[in-house]
Amino acid sequence: MSRHRIPGRGRVDAGRPVQFTFDGRSYDGLQGDTLASALLSHGVHLMGRSFKYHRPRGPVTAGSEEPNALVGTSRGPGRTEPNTRATVQELRHGLVAESQNRWPTLSFDAGAVNDALSPLFSAGFYYKTFMWPRNFWDKVYEPVIRRAAGLGRAPTEEDPDIYASRYAHTDVLVVGAGPSGIAAALAAARAGASVTLADEGTEIGGSLLSDPGVEIDGSPAWDWLEDRAAELRDLGVTLLTRTTAIGYYHQNFLGLVERLTDHLDEIPHGAPRERMWRLRAARVVLAQGALERPLVFDGNDRPGVMLAGAAQTYLNRYGVAVGERAVVVTSHDSAYYAAFDLADAGIAVPAIIDTRAEIRPDLASEARLRAIEVLSGHTVTATSGRLCVASVTANPVTGGEVGEGRQLRCDCLLVSGGWTPSLHLFSHTKASLSWDAEAGTFLPDRSLEDLHLAGAGRGLWGYAASLSDGAEAGAAAAHALGHAAQATGLLVARDRIGTGITHGQLPTHRAPSRVRAFVDYQNDVTAKDIKLAVSEGMRSIEHVKRYTTTGMATDQGKLSNLNALAIAADALGTTPPQVGLTTFRPPYTPTTFATFAGYHRGAAFEVTRRTPIDGWAEENGAVWEPVGQWRRARHFPQGDEDMDAAVDRECRAVRAGVGIFDASTLGKIDVTGPDAATFMNRMYTNAWTKLAPGRCRYGLLLGEDGYVRDDGVVGRMAEDRFHVTTTTGGAARVLTMMEDYLQTEWPDLDVWLTSTTEHWAVVALNGPRARDVLAPLVEGLDISGEAFPMMSVAECTVAGFPARLFRLSFTGELGYEINVPARHGRALWEALMAAGADHGITPYGTEAMHVLRAEKGFIIVGQDTDGTVTPEDLGLGWTIGKTKEDFVGMRSLSRPDLVARGRKQFVGLLTADGAVRLEEGAQIVDDPDQPLPMRMIGHVTSSYNSAALGRSIALAVVENGRERMGETVHIPMPEGNVEATIAPGVFYDPDGGRAKL
Amino acid sequence: MTRFSAAALVRNALNGQTGWTAQWPDAEPKGAYDVVIVGAGGHGLGAAYYLAKEHGITNVAVIEKGWLGGGNTGRNTTIIRSNYLYDESARLYDHALDLWEGLSQELNYNVMFSRRGVMMLAHNVHDVQSFQRHVHANRLNGVDNRWLTSAEAKDHCPPLNISADARYPVLGAALQKRAGTARHDAVAWGYARAAAARGVDIVQNCPVTAIRRGADGAVEGVETARGLIRAKKVAVSAAGHTSVLMDTAGVRMPLESFPLQALVSEPVKPCFPGVVMSNAVHAYMSQSDKGELVIGSGTDQYTSYSKRGGLPLIEHTLAAICEIFPIFSRMRMLRKWGGTVDVTPDRSAILGTTPVPGLYVNCGWGTGGFKATPGAAHTLAHTVARGEPHAINAPFTLDRFRTGRLIDEAAAAAVAH
Amino acid sequence: MLLIHCPYCDETLPEMEFAYAGEAHVARPVDPSRTTDEEWRDHLFVRSNTRGPHAERWRHVHGCARFFNAVRDTVTDRVLATYPAGSPRPDLPGKDTP
Repeated sequence: MSRHRIPGRGRVDAGRPVQFTFDGRSYDGLQGDTLASALLSHGVHLMGRSFKYHRPRGPVTAGSEEPNALVGTSRGPGRTEPNTRATVQELRHGLVAESQNRWPTLSFDAGAVNDALSPLFSAGFYYKTFMWPRNFWDKVYEPVIRRAAGLGRAPTEEDPDIYASRYAHTDVLVVGAGPSGIAAALAAARAGASVTLADEGTEIGGSLLSDPGVEIDGSPAWDWLEDRAAELRDLGVTLLTRTTAIGYYHQNFLGLVERLTDHLDEIPHGAPRERMWRLRAARVVLAQGALERPLVFDGNDRPGVMLAGAAQTYLNRYGVAVGERAVVVTSHDSAYYAAFDLADAGIAVPAIIDTRAEIRPDLASEARLRAIEVLSGHTVTATSGRLCVASVTANPVTGGEVGEGRQLRCDCLLVSGGWTPSLHLFSHTKASLSWDAEAGTFLPDRSLEDLHLAGAGRGLWGYAASLSDGAEAGAAAAHALGHAAQATGLLVARDRIGTGITHGQLPTHRAPSRVRAFVDYQNDVTAKDIKLAVSEGMRSIEHVKRYTTTGMATDQGKLSNLNALAIAADALGTTPPQVGLTTFRPPYTPTTFATFAGYHRGAAFEVTRRTPIDGWAEENGAVWEPVGQWRRARHFPQGDEDMDAAVDRECRAVRAGVGIFDASTLGKIDVTGPDAATFMNRMYTNAWTKLAPGRCRYGLLLGEDGYVRDDGVVGRMAEDRFHVTTTTGGAARVLTMMEDYLQTEWPDLDVWLTSTTEHWAVVALNGPRARDVLAPLVEGLDISGEAFPMMSVAECTVAGFPARLFRLSFTGELGYEINVPARHGRALWEALMAAGADHGITPYGTEAMHVLRAEKGFIIVGQDTDGTVTPEDLGLGWTIGKTKEDFVGMRSLSRPDLVARGRKQFVGLLTADGAVRLEEGAQIVDDPDQPLPMRMIGHVTSSYNSAALGRSIALAVVENGRERMGETVHIPMPEGNVEATIAPGVFYDPDGGRAKL
Repeated sequence: MTRFSAAALVRNALNGQTGWTAQWPDAEPKGAYDVVIVGAGGHGLGAAYYLAKEHGITNVAVIEKGWLGGGNTGRNTTIIRSNYLYDESARLYDHALDLWEGLSQELNYNVMFSRRGVMMLAHNVHDVQSFQRHVHANRLNGVDNRWLTSAEAKDHCPPLNISADARYPVLGAALQKRAGTARHDAVAWGYARAAAARGVDIVQNCPVTAIRRGADGAVEGVETARGLIRAKKVAVSAAGHTSVLMDTAGVRMPLESFPLQALVSEPVKPCFPGVVMSNAVHAYMSQSDKGELVIGSGTDQYTSYSKRGGLPLIEHTLAAICEIFPIFSRMRMLRKWGGTVDVTPDRSAILGTTPVPGLYVNCGWGTGGFKATPGAAHTLAHTVARGEPHAINAPFTLDRFRTGRLIDEAAAAAVAH
Repeated sequence: MLLIHCPYCDETLPEMEFAYAGEAHVARPVDPSRTTDEEWRDHLFVRSNTRGPHAERWRHVHGCARFFNAVRDTVTDRVLATYPAGSPRPDLPGKDTP
């Protein structure tokens, strides 16, 4: 048994030892221990180093608010995490823990030189220096500062764990399973409400787990807890332990993080490490309790200085004596109970130093019974000890004067400066707080959410009060939901009631410059720093916080905020609410990134949309390209072809024979109804009225701002039905836009819109032999050139599948797009491949498709346009119905800047040397020799090697480009200037004869 | 005012820090000023500083409803870059970058501008085309920006996942090495201190309730919680609250205010160089000098002044971070916070004169205001002093929404600022 | 995550089912060609950006897919009322301040 373990005490399992290591050294603890309690059981207080001064530090708490005892933990490859709080990390077999922010060792840290230089490192010192020479900040000073800063080390390997998430609804969510939370959950559940009770601890009970001497309804506290746990289960309450409510969002939506495996010796196969509960509650009861507040005095940060309540927890819950000789310093009655428990367990408690002049008589006599000297009306002015506290100096205060001190020997110093209600979640709701001057703390005021507060979390103290308050809150929550509920009172014996006062910095007679009284332990912010910030004009607590970094450490000011506020208010000669309270921000405690991500990791980060032909492409070696959420085959390399070679071959095949292309990702919208043509007229620039059923037209869609948003071929299937295609990325946007206008601007139109993108698989056949391949498979339609000319659409059967057949061309060759129900997509593809085998049918990907269309000067919206391009800019003015009085975007086309001269116009570009291919995005100038910044007159939007032309081609937008055909422009590149000639955008078959075969 | 220096630090280390004075006095407002600036963020304070320093106008008040630097100046993720596509934006942000580089010395306040580079990831062919267009345009504008292959991107930022089978593979990146980060609070404090030293009054906790116009329509002053403050020139630099204020002067604005969230991790030793942005997944990250990973996300979908923001956005942002930097998935989020950003239809700022004589406006910075701070402040001061815009901010007019001469960075690249 | 009542489905559902669609009651001019540049600018771009109860459009995009209007307090984010597209804004008492 370790030296400081008290046999038979606590809730640890003495029969189940657990081995772990800390800084390479092996220790044993017990099942039920935290890392901190296990180390303390071996007398190890020194667990970390502070952020700035590298001062030795031990745990000050026994909970999640711990600022000091942060360690690195690991359990094998990829399973490491920095800054784990030793006070909440449950012991497990083989736990490996390492101290942080020290070199070479925890007990001898070279970084502690900062401590000796601390007068230089006052609050905000870095704003005042490191400015000379000018270039030294980010090259010299900052790297040094950055290496010194930070605490643990980030993981360097991928995390093998999985993380879960779950949505849930509950009538009543109770946050905190201390006495008031349990009482609330019981009251609500007994009334018939569905209840979820969540607590960050390993079991329910809260402070009762540290107060076994209390009796409730005649039962010892722990027996009562066991009975209540059983009752909660019987009532069907969802009990979530190891679960932290991290954030309170709009309308009773809370995020709760449940830790599932970090405490287990072995991780069950497939078990998630943590789970995010996204919980919506009809009512919320916040029973978060209160956090003990440290006292601020010189040397209050030495290892062994600990909150009194924490020492009581280590003793009663873990059976660990935090020292052999404990002195207590307090401004609150609660520390007396801790002192009594320690004394009763055989630990020497020579003295309680109380800042108050008046001591409650019953506490004074209890102290006397245990031979504890009570020094009332005293302050603490110093402590000693290097790696652990060795003494404390207590001085009487009379009439504001600090008298001669008396040194008391000790190996731990238990501190209590009162209790701060945990209002974090309450504050997340943007609720207001009110200042309670008497208690020296903020209390909850008003919130818009449907919530209740109970117990110590709203400033109550003592078990009887908390239990009845909790029961009332639970009953009120159930009542609000229409349940007949009542709060039953409970009889509490040996209750631990108390009051106290609060302080800023404790009075001292020592010269201020010699006093180092810590407010924020981890960030090494002292009372002096706060006063300095105030004297430098920082009058808001937000300024003080940001200037000194108080409250910005990993405990987010849970221990320090109110002390900092009190000290700032004292320095300003005002009250704390005048200085303000810094906002509490989610999460309540630091929360794993991956827990937010949940299942959305790796391939599941976002859905990947695949076409019905995706599998064929996969099997045939497609190289993929992500386009929006889709993956599309970019090219189909054969042998060791690179992309250029593959694309070249695919393009030649289309121009010379026949190519096959999966166009299924194209957006498709079915526009149906008596007013379909009217609707189309209003949406698109084109005129649709005269388009005959069975015919298609290229449609152009603008935004209301007049700029091109989307395009695609639209087929008129019937008088009242259009088959609209959109760009792959634009499908959802276009449908939303159409719905918006239809529903809200023109509700009088009788039109239905249906997304059919996923209904149809689309296969494009292009090339002079396209008809030869297709014709034998078509039934019910004559697809001869005369019977089924360019821009026709008809319903027929292809390879036995019902199809909508379009004759159109995005390549300039004879082309068809065959739409069949998606489930037949792959079968159609394979039928066409088989039918085309004799014709040398060649599958081609998006890259070849891009080249082929560029040879024809067809735009790709989003590549050749950028959201600032008008139809006229593109030379697509012809799409605008000449007699139309209105369509979306029409009015904007006459705005001054859209009719001004000098707009960039879409043209072709041919480099002087056809072997040189321009870079897409390259900028165009008239004078390549001008100084920077150059006047740019346009840019290259598309650029390819054209197999058909045997040279490079490019598309571009150029100022007044269409008036400048044949003129030379320049594209200055890092490697040198490239000359190019402005040309018409149609490079191949300008008359378009090939598509009309 | 105590001049800041290493010597001053040593002196004060020896004298118990007694030699420092208030960095700026907490002024009571006078009845009248030559210029009133509404909003004591970096932009407003900076404008006051440049008015005093470069235009000799020192009878200036900066009026702030809360505490100075408490709005978006103190809530952003401190990214500074100038690799914008359009000439107008590139000039403005590069002007700011030039000023950033000497700002610590200019203000005698270490604003910790750190040229650690900003890298923007391309995840698809469209991104590649768009970023290369940026790189080329920037080069000819004299703006630093270069294209990196995915392997080069990984060299620059080792935690990056460049696996080809990632859901969002990295096809390359654009890197502006001269870009970086700065200490946001220090910018506000540095400008406040330097402006105060030149006689500017900084009035905190004094909400402006209305802009007052005279019978001739010109500005007369501002109504505040502490009474009327007269001024013939008023500049509104109030970010998300601009619409509400301008309304009181009868000017309706093309602005909408959205909640924007950001978060930091627990601090760790240096593990991440510079800033990495991914617009495709809406997340970006850097590491602060304290060691926290600083992460920004997109805006929530609805307009809001609540500074609250929802959980789903944070979930998405951290999923994106885990996707791009999988080794950080066990890091822990320490705190998240929200701000209110004012967004224009073209995602570019409005900086200049208004239809109301004597009324100037600086707003619409969306998520890009911090990086512009010195440039915006400098040109706003010029505009207020001369009554007409500086060449650099001249294109950023309110009138462009009438003419259609928009500066649409977002449309050009789907790039978040 | 907000809770929003879809006036068509008559159900109160989480925000994730809905898409925000900008300020409400910004009607497209019947004949845009008759608007001045200023009027057209106002229609396209100028928004009230109200601090307080704000009439705005939402679409129940993962439900009935219909657009409707809502009055939401932009200070608290709380939806105060929802009503079908085309209906006038309802009269509501004051702000939704805590």
